Amino acid sequence: MLDNLLLLVDAPALAVQLVIEGLLVGAIFALTAYGMAMVWGVMKIINLVQGEWVMLGGFLAFTVAQYGAPPLLGIPVAAIVLFAIGWLVYQTIIFRIVDRDLFTSILATFGLLILFQQLMNQVFGFEVKTLDSGMGSWFMADGLISISQIKVVGFVMAAVIAVILTIFMRRSRMGQAIRATAQDARAARILGIDTDKVYAFTYGLNAAICGAAGAIVVMAFTIHPYQGLIYTVRSFTVVVIAGLGNLPGVIASAFGLGVAEQYAGFTLGAEYQNAFVFILLVVILVARSFKLKRERKYLK
Amino acid sequence: MSEARQQQSKGRQLAIYGAIAVAAIAGPFLFPAFQVQLTLLWIMVVFALTWDTLGGQMGYNSFGNILFFGLGMYTTAVLQVGLFGDVASYNAAKGGDPLTLTTAQYFIGLGVGLVVASVLAVAAAAIIGFGLLGLRGQYFAIGTLGLGIAAAEIAAGWEYIGAGSGMVPPLPPGEIEKGLLYYFLAFLLAVATFFTLRRIYQGRFGLALNAIRDDEDKAEAMGLHTTRYKAVAWCIAAFFLGIAGGIVGNLLGFIDPRYVAFAGATYGVWMVLMAVLGGKGTLWGPVIGAVVFHATQETLWTYIDEWNRVVLGLLIVVIVVFLPQGILGFLRERFPERFGYKVDPKDGGGSADPAEDSGKPASEAAR
Repeated sequence: MLDNLLLLVDAPALAVQLVIEGLLVGAIFALTAYGMAMVWGVMKIINLVQGEWVMLGGFLAFTVAQYGAPPLLGIPVAAIVLFAIGWLVYQTIIFRIVDRDLFTSILATFGLLILFQQLMNQVFGFEVKTLDSGMGSWFMADGLISISQIKVVGFVMAAVIAVILTIFMRRSRMGQAIRATAQDARAARILGIDTDKVYAFTYGLNAAICGAAGAIVVMAFTIHPYQGLIYTVRSFTVVVIAGLGNLPGVIASAFGLGVAEQYAGFTLGAEYQNAFVFILLVVILVARSFKLKRERKYLK
Repeated sequence: MSEARQQQSKGRQLAIYGAIAVAAIAGPFLFPAFQVQLTLLWIMVVFALTWDTLGGQMGYNSFGNILFFGLGMYTTAVLQVGLFGDVASYNAAKGGDPLTLTTAQYFIGLGVGLVVASVLAVAAAAIIGFGLLGLRGQYFAIGTLGLGIAAAEIAAGWEYIGAGSGMVPPLPPGEIEKGLLYYFLAFLLAVATFFTLRRIYQGRFGLALNAIRDDEDKAEAMGLHTTRYKAVAWCIAAFFLGIAGGIVGNLLGFIDPRYVAFAGATYGVWMVLMAVLGGKGTLWGPVIGAVVFHATQETLWTYIDEWNRVVLGLLIVVIVVFLPQGILGFLRERFPERFGYKVDPKDGGGSADPAEDSGKPASEAAR
């Protein structure tokens, strides 16, 4: 562990490499965290299924590519299918718990998490899956820094999705309705917005964002049925750091999380990377609650 | 409630306890082939009851309770070996060099192991709880999501306790009936858990927990040190879970960090499901949920083997969404008189919420 740290000091190029890797993966975290913040802000539901949507999107893109379609086609396919699934889940289950307390929503989405996790385990199998893009890597600083091209493509794709989303939320009728509902659902209803439709759309849109992110993950990284939970925890961590409805904050803390994870994975060993993410969340939560307690407030 | 009725209900209660005790003691002798399953049944009861202390009575969903279970399991096994031998070399041998213990040594090791396991579990709950339980429910719930997984990863990387390939608790000497020993230990643990929690729920402490569930801000404004109450409640749950871990580790005879000790995908999820199924926030609900779940699991689930975990997730969703009060809550609403809610206004007094809402039609139908 200490050797690895010293190695970073001796070879600054390695440190740069880790930062780049962290930024590239951070874009994915930003997308999923944005979706989670949206559902949380609009529907007051903490969506624990988040990570499972990511994995499902990845598996769908993987399946599409198996039939010979170009890998990038997987992104829109995953987004559309996941939108449908998210909408369906809303219409069958989530609409019943929107008005209930947070405990119910957490327990119900926890059940959904188990359901989708095990469903994917059965349908797609237990193996770690990834798409071979056939792209190479760029090398810099005498080969010490390598940047795989597919990760850059994934980063660009994530950026494109983010830009489309931002424009959609600013300009379109539905985007405005979503923002209005987030501010005050009752007032929105009085002004003639069909909040039920908005909820359904929001939930579907969140699933679609995650699905698209998953399609990028399967190209640039790997997927596995049991990896979903950790994406949920990552999104939650980012949202807790950034707060709701704070897009620059979400992006910044997602990049920060990505880089921190890379450093932790390098120094502690990759097998502890998940443990690091979970413990980081606990530490952040506890630190924030102690800070707030001094002002006699608490995290809401 | 009139005196005669009180006597009557007390007698009925005693009869129920007596029947359960007789069945429990006779069980392993009548069905020796199902000894392990019966032992696990009592462990399941402990799981559901301890989960419900936070999840039901206090309204704090904990997905990390499995941490204490695994901690207790490893602690017991390490002490059982470590008191009479060298743990590192024992684990390095991977069962190739079994430790032979005398009867006295075995019981000393087991006793010390279980006690230290419970102490360590309580300490862990106090330390983690002091930080995490200062948070409100939703943050606490998600903060606990990864606890079990993080612990499993750390245990799987720790050579001293056997790392990823797990650890084998020492075998008992030949003259001990291992199955019966752990059956009765598990039974005693379940009984102790039940009566401890019953006592707690009847007193001031239980009221404080319910107050936190109903409105934490108000509870705090009334002068309750909510964080302290929450942490103590978690410590109580951890105490019993730590012992349960020690028992199960020895019962199964093999400790795997991911699939036995910190088995979030099985035991960890079952805890939640059993408590919710039976009826959270009640004393008997988790017990009923545990029995029903364990019985179905052992009989029916073999037929849908691979898919049972999918059904598990679906069940949680269905119960939480459509039957939030669980089996006991449903029965209570359907047959309020059986639960001591008086429905007939002529009898006077004793009206509780369920009786006023839906009691009338049910009572008329009963007559």
